Amino acid sequence: MKTRGQISIKDVVKIYDPEGAAVMAVDHCSLEIAAGEICMIVGPSGCGKTTLLNAIAGFHSINGGSIHLDGEMLCGPGKPKASPGSDRIVVFQNGALFPWKNVIDNVTFGPVMQGKLSAAEAKDKARSMMADAGLSGTENNFPGELSSGVRRRVEIVRALMNDPAVLLLDEPYRALDSLTKSVMHESLLDIYYKNKVTVFFITHDLQEALFLGNKVAIMTSRPCKPKKVLTVDIPYPRSYSVVTDKRFRELMEETSEAVHEEAKKSFAAGEREG
Amino acid sequence: MAISTNASFAIKQNKLLSVLFGSRLLLMLVGFLAFLAFWHFAVDVWRLPRFSQMPGFFTVLKEWLNPDPVYGLSIYTAEYYTHIFASCARVFVAFALATILGVPLGLFMGWSTKVREYVFPVFEMLRPIPILAWVPLAIIMFTGLETPVIFLAFLASFFVTTLNTMLGVESIDESYFRAAQCLGANDRQVFTNVVIPGAMPFIFTGLQISIGVCWFSLVAAEMVSGQYGLGYVINNSYTNVRYPTIIIGMVTLGFVGYSTSAMVRMIGNRLMQWRMREIAMSNS
Repeated sequence: MKTRGQISIKDVVKIYDPEGAAVMAVDHCSLEIAAGEICMIVGPSGCGKTTLLNAIAGFHSINGGSIHLDGEMLCGPGKPKASPGSDRIVVFQNGALFPWKNVIDNVTFGPVMQGKLSAAEAKDKARSMMADAGLSGTENNFPGELSSGVRRRVEIVRALMNDPAVLLLDEPYRALDSLTKSVMHESLLDIYYKNKVTVFFITHDLQEALFLGNKVAIMTSRPCKPKKVLTVDIPYPRSYSVVTDKRFRELMEETSEAVHEEAKKSFAAGEREG
Repeated sequence: MAISTNASFAIKQNKLLSVLFGSRLLLMLVGFLAFLAFWHFAVDVWRLPRFSQMPGFFTVLKEWLNPDPVYGLSIYTAEYYTHIFASCARVFVAFALATILGVPLGLFMGWSTKVREYVFPVFEMLRPIPILAWVPLAIIMFTGLETPVIFLAFLASFFVTTLNTMLGVESIDESYFRAAQCLGANDRQVFTNVVIPGAMPFIFTGLQISIGVCWFSLVAAEMVSGQYGLGYVINNSYTNVRYPTIIIGMVTLGFVGYSTSAMVRMIGNRLMQWRMREIAMSNS
């Protein structure tokens, strides 16, 4: 097993203070994610999942607690905001491939900017990684010319080019239809088997969570903290037929009530998308 | 099989495009003809009250194409081209200066809150002042006939370019900045790889407006002071009662102005292949 990519979240608190009315987004949230694990964070929209992701990525500060990556403190006492870095790469909800760069320039962006590889070396590496992900032939296209499913795959390859410890995915398949989604899930797992990177994956789709994850954390509605953490004891590699298996159904039954409860709470509180 | 259906689809699309384009050209032509016919009838046939002093369409056309023009200006006289060249050269200098100074300033204003806080309030106070209000100051500040005119055209153009560039930077989605940070880009790299290309669509929309404004204020300035130029031609012909020449000056301005903004648009499309292809995709 890999030794990189172990995340420990301890007692993290995040308070938003717009117009003086303090809103607690994350409340004493603790979660351990082992290296090389796919950890799915499930919760209703606007529950504060993204806040947690932003804290790990270093886009936002936290008000209490700490987050460590492989024993090193990202943020915590004395350092409220982690510095963004290529060891933790985010794949955004709406996609953030640069529309003005073609696919190959997008994919090579990380190593070239950091001066880790020359442009030619980066291109070689990109071509072989893209071939692995079934993306050959799209090198010279601009993102706007690709389907959203292909764009997501390119974005994940762009992230993996940097050999990150953690991939942070913020509902990356939210806008896709369910057929494309199932294809994307299998291709993500494929990439995962090859790279064994730690994946921190946010979603509100329980089936997606159980299919992809080996750890699933169901979060409470605002303030956000784990309500139920479970290990999915279905071995990888998984194919889509898993979803009709008995064990999968049992897990669905076990968890769907907890998710539904939070969804209702969140609805009652009038939470908006966020 | 798949290939052949694709090909026939492409052919169909091409046909559709050509029909569409053909009819567009036709509509444009009809529009022009209707406009010219109205001009002719209003002045020479119906003699409508407000149009009695106006030169008719054929009078202007004859004068414009006359090797020996009655009022001294036609496509056969060297003077005609001197005026066109004078105006174009001024617009070129003014527009180039406005772009060279306005785009970087706008980029920094959009990118850095500090720069924006210093510059924006002053900028927003100066911007609404009509260009004609600057005429006296321009004449006091700059000697000669050429520089005040260029300064006025520059000023109008500069405000538009700067403001649009700034808005362009502000329009860039936050996630592009975050993605670049994640991927290890430093500030300078973010500037060249995210800020500049991300603002490009707005910059070129701005430049198209900017060159229009540049012509507008140039002609205004030429009418006030100047010895050459299309604005001068129009104003001078008015004082000397050469009415057909006024219209010749106006129509020429229309042509030249249209060509310059088409040129800006072409350069923009050239530089933003990604955008052209994206638009082509969404239209297909």
